[in-house]
Amino acid sequence: MNRYVWIVTALVLALMLAGCQPVATTPTAGEPAPTGEAGTAEAITLGLALSTLNNPFFVDLRDGAQAAADELGVELIVVDAQDDPANQAASVEDLIQRGVSALLINPTDADAIVPSVEAANAAGIPVFTVDRSAAGGEIVSHIASDNVAGGRMAAEFLCNALGGEGKVVELEGIPGTSAARDRGQGFNEYMSESCPGVEIVARQTANFNRAEGLTVFENILQAQPEIDGVFAHNDEMVLGAIQAAEAAGRAGDIVFVGFDAIDDAIQAVKDGTLAATVAQQPREMGRLAVESAVKYLHGEEVPAFIPVDLALVTAETVQ
Amino acid sequence: MTEATATTPTGTWHLRGYLQRFGILISFLLLCLALSLLSDRFLTVSNLTNVLRQITVNGIIAVGMTYVILIGDIDLSVGSVLALTSVVTADLLQMGVPVPMAILLGIGLGMLLGTVNGLITVGFQVPSFITTLGMLTAARGMALTYTQGRPITGLPDSFRFLGRGEPFGMPMPIILAVLVFALAWVILRRTRYGEQLYAIGNNPVAARLVGIPVNRFRTLVFTVSGGLSALAGMILIARLDSAQPTAGVAFELDAIAAVVLGGTRFTGGVGGMGGTLLGALIIGVLDNGLNLLNISSLYEQLVKGAVIALALLIHRQKE
Repeated sequence: MNRYVWIVTALVLALMLAGCQPVATTPTAGEPAPTGEAGTAEAITLGLALSTLNNPFFVDLRDGAQAAADELGVELIVVDAQDDPANQAASVEDLIQRGVSALLINPTDADAIVPSVEAANAAGIPVFTVDRSAAGGEIVSHIASDNVAGGRMAAEFLCNALGGEGKVVELEGIPGTSAARDRGQGFNEYMSESCPGVEIVARQTANFNRAEGLTVFENILQAQPEIDGVFAHNDEMVLGAIQAAEAAGRAGDIVFVGFDAIDDAIQAVKDGTLAATVAQQPREMGRLAVESAVKYLHGEEVPAFIPVDLALVTAETVQ
Repeated sequence: MTEATATTPTGTWHLRGYLQRFGILISFLLLCLALSLLSDRFLTVSNLTNVLRQITVNGIIAVGMTYVILIGDIDLSVGSVLALTSVVTADLLQMGVPVPMAILLGIGLGMLLGTVNGLITVGFQVPSFITTLGMLTAARGMALTYTQGRPITGLPDSFRFLGRGEPFGMPMPIILAVLVFALAWVILRRTRYGEQLYAIGNNPVAARLVGIPVNRFRTLVFTVSGGLSALAGMILIARLDSAQPTAGVAFELDAIAAVVLGGTRFTGGVGGMGGTLLGALIIGVLDNGLNLLNISSLYEQLVKGAVIALALLIHRQKE
């Protein structure tokens, strides 16, 4: 029993240490900026709380935000929560204590961030959310990709690639997630409004997962003797589906379209196995977040939702 | 199933084991009957081969899980062990390590992780639920840091044979799974070790008193479970042409479901490989059927849950 207590204590200590890794501050803010109306650009200090920097998407987002901050001459303090809500709550608390002019939060968890947002509200610091939203508290505006527009973009591409008619399969993301809902909505709206020749013959979830993309599409290949196109709510699923189609010898007959432009998908576009993928633009997202916050601090109106444009990556546009 | 003759200590258990397996067989046949009535695509050679190929990953993991549950333990780490061993194997392959060597090293790593589970459980008298919960997190963390969160894509063709090869017209994953099930069945039913495993599951104290090396057996079943998770991972990445640090999330639940559906008693001592095979088949056929029938993703889990509950109910009544 003593040994057991010892192990648990060691584990708890290890966890606490892991949670206390130093926050990445770039560049160090000198004097804490005064809260409230910041008169000059020099006085503005923005705090950017990211969910993780262990993902190239958020690294790009930070780079875009940093570039915009440099350009506008404002300080930017970046903290990385390493996907840990408790860590994020602590670092947002630090930012509030340092008296940042505004907070840009990319929550690790929509619910867990609410107390932090409320604390910032109480301290009179305006809060913006980036990429992922918060479930409560007062948010000035939410900056994120327009997934509905991305779904429409994918539908338009697929419709044209099929010459306006054919049988299409939609691989859906995790049911109930906003990404799955919005991408599916945009895709289906476009297809039913502007592309009557396309018939959606199967609509199944593969939970944003590559292994499920493989098995679910294997099953659909069994059910559907004719498939001309596939749209998947993310690249992972479409890459799994391509493996299924190749193994069944049917990949050549099918136009595949994915979403997110992950590295493997870009490679697949270069190889010609994937026709297109919809790219989010994290740099642009970071830039817009900083610009909107600065605008707001200068007293300008900003909308409650700021959509970030998406871009289609195809054989023609891929670098 | 061949093992309707359960070798269990007492006559009552013998009868009950027989009925349980019979009950789950009835559930399975009813499910197949229903699906062949609902879809003319279900009962085709190509679809049945497809289903068999799809259950190989879960089936092989479930074999290890059957041993673990039979002695009254649990292994929650199988999905994370699969992820870690498969990214390491894929990395070795990309470094140019010969295929057989990479496979052996990968499976060896799985066995090592399993042995660690076993040694901690036995040595520190920690419930395996807690040990393997720790390994679930630790191995996932190692997989994520090892890959920096990125998938490893592009494996040599000689390795992909494990997933795509069809010697004698039979898919390689199915051959491997049949071998694993056959070997596991022989060990359990035709050797002294099998009898001793049942004895431990029924009463570990009594087993120790009659001189069975209980601790060694408990460690060994975790070693086997880790090794089989690694083997299942090889099949998965050979099929996907990509190893992902996020692979295998919640695989432990599917494996446990297959074992329990198959009539293995959760507290150990009763059950076997034939039941587990049927359990894995039910889950695989159900997933296949939901896709063939194009059930809306919003209702999929509801239908799946209802069918599994019904199957359990049928064989509880047989008890």
